[in-house]
Amino acid sequence: MKRIYPDRELCIGCGLCVLGCLAAHSKSHDLVLAYKEERAKGLVSRKRLIEDDEVCIAISCRHCEEPECVPVCISGALTKDEVTGITVYDADKCVGCWTCIMACPYGAIQRDKYNNKIIKCDLCAGRENGPACVEACPNRALRYEER
Amino acid sequence: MAYVIIGNGIASLGAIDGIRKYDRNTPITVIGAENTAAYGKPLTSYLLAGRISPERLSMRPDDYYKGKNVNLKLATYINKIDLEARELRTSEGEQIQFEKLLLATGGKPYVPQVNGLEGEGVYNFTAAKDAYRLIESVKDLKRAVVIGGGLIGLKAAESLYNRGVEVAVVESDQRILPLAYDGEAAALIAKRVEEAGMLVRCGVSGKNIVRDKSGKLRGILLEDKSFLEADAIVIAIGVVSNTELAEQAGIRVDKGIVVDDNMFTGKDGIYAAGDVAQARDVIFDKDKVVPVWSNAYTQGYYAGRNMAGNESKYPGTMSMSSISFFGLPTISVGEVNPDPDNSEYEIYTFFDERKQSYRKLVFKKDQLVGYVLVGDIDFAGMYTSFIKFKFKVDAITRKRLSQGEPDVLMWPDEFFNKAWNPDSK
Ligand SMILES: Cc1cc2nc3c(=O)[nH]c(=O)nc-3n(C[C@H](O)[C@H](O)[C@H](O)COP(=O)(O)OP(=O)(O)OC[C@H]3O[C@@H](n4cnc5c(N)ncnc54)[C@H](O)[C@@H]3O)c2cc1C
Ligand code: SF4
Ligand code: SF4
Repeated sequence: MKRIYPDRELCIGCGLCVLGCLAAHSKSHDLVLAYKEERAKGLVSRKRLIEDDEVCIAISCRHCEEPECVPVCISGALTKDEVTGITVYDADKCVGCWTCIMACPYGAIQRDKYNNKIIKCDLCAGRENGPACVEACPNRALRYEER
Repeated sequence: MAYVIIGNGIASLGAIDGIRKYDRNTPITVIGAENTAAYGKPLTSYLLAGRISPERLSMRPDDYYKGKNVNLKLATYINKIDLEARELRTSEGEQIQFEKLLLATGGKPYVPQVNGLEGEGVYNFTAAKDAYRLIESVKDLKRAVVIGGGLIGLKAAESLYNRGVEVAVVESDQRILPLAYDGEAAALIAKRVEEAGMLVRCGVSGKNIVRDKSGKLRGILLEDKSFLEADAIVIAIGVVSNTELAEQAGIRVDKGIVVDDNMFTGKDGIYAAGDVAQARDVIFDKDKVVPVWSNAYTQGYYAGRNMAGNESKYPGTMSMSSISFFGLPTISVGEVNPDPDNSEYEIYTFFDERKQSYRKLVFKKDQLVGYVLVGDIDFAGMYTSFIKFKFKVDAITRKRLSQGEPDVLMWPDEFFNKAWNPDSK
């Protein structure tokens, strides 16, 4: 399947992917409204920018072949789509037990503290131009491809 | 019938997934004593708390079993395995043939030594039916006593409390959560639980259940002669592996059914997985029964793969739990209470009382082997990665891990590249 691959040699830490993701997952689809208003109501970017002194990298769910998060999920909110390969998250089922946060060794799941649920990359399901973070990256540090 | 699975819990679901990965056609029969398909057992406390509706208990869509060519036989209890004839006997006297068999019968509630347990008002908390029974009577309950201050006992207590019942928890150990957590975390959690208005009594066990002349529950007398009033008593001291079937059949049993790395019992075609099995623990490097959800699924999954002829080694059990109590999130993974006299271990702790945040990291030689988090749990998975991938931890990394915000850039470079950014083909 196609996955998003982050390249730390190319990442410049601009954070545009984080914003692209935020806008794509907002109700308004407007970056300013998303940032100024929806964030205060719990909207969280599924992308996380990590920096240390020398390098930076933007990460999100890898949609692992054999994910750690799916078998541990106590509610059935996380499942693996056998056809698309996507690790699918159903927020309606999630009870906020954080077991998946403990289990995912890639640190790809975040807490949505407003709604007591988790936040995870959905590869921008249904979005015409593919994942918004990849599109937003000015430096080709995120690639959406088959490897 | 080629594959037969006894038990319809999460280990059973794991096995179906494992078998079907390599064998799409051969029919599978799943036999379960309960009358519903596999459900989220940990969700039963959410159900009791009134936080989810019964429809949400089920783990798979209704058409799952059919789609996987599984014949699901519910409300059927197996009471004998005949190894010679290769058949199972149900409680109704029916016979079921098997070629490959998985024992996924889980655990049964541990029964404490308290007098007068028989009779009305005493509940277990290990299956959905227990939650339904409690929900039915909850409107008539004013006070309840939960026996057992472990994860399930506390969760049961919180759920009853959320329904407006006054609850006391009785724990025979000196502190709550004696197994999964360390003393500091337990103290923080106890504080939160008590602030919410629950009574926690540690270091004492129940002795006699007291009833009035008509048999109605009055309360429980504890060993220190104190008395707790109660209209309901919930027993939640944990589970013991459901091993009778295996024992009768002459399959090797220790604390649980003994299995090798292929989840194989040593008897031709017979496997075991989940709370009933005693499998290898990666951290302690010995066989253990670790009755947690994720292990049950994964063991089932590997048993299934092996049953389908794909030899694959179970990666090993890792004890881990993530549970929130009254909104306070807690996570505990791996070895968290090492022998204090063993100089191979080094322990780092951090505590911020104002933020109700506690962190403990346990290092053994140059590896992270366990951790506890209370409050700030957001970086848990990163700590798990260090344990799971057995990264060597040098002094700088150790310091940074201890400071609290570990990230993927702290991994060894080659590993990072392999995991996150493999070369294009
Ligand atoms: C209230 C509660 C909360 C929990 N919360 C958590 C949590 O938050 N996190 C976590 O990791 N773990 C939790 N656990 C533990 C977790 O639920 C178990 O580890 C897991 O369910 C074990 O799965 P299993 O498939 O091995 O067994 P089980 O789920 O026990 O399933 C076994 C099935 O086999 C059936 N069976 C048994 N004997 C026979 C027979 N002879 N014939 C036919 N059928 C039979 C039983 O009826 C049962 O349906 C919790 C447990 C409880 C009770
Ligand atoms: S959440 Fe983590 S474990 Fe689950 S698929 Fe994504 S990266 Fe893999
Ligand atoms: S937090 Fe939600 S998605 Fe994660 S394991 Fe718990 S129920 Fe499943």
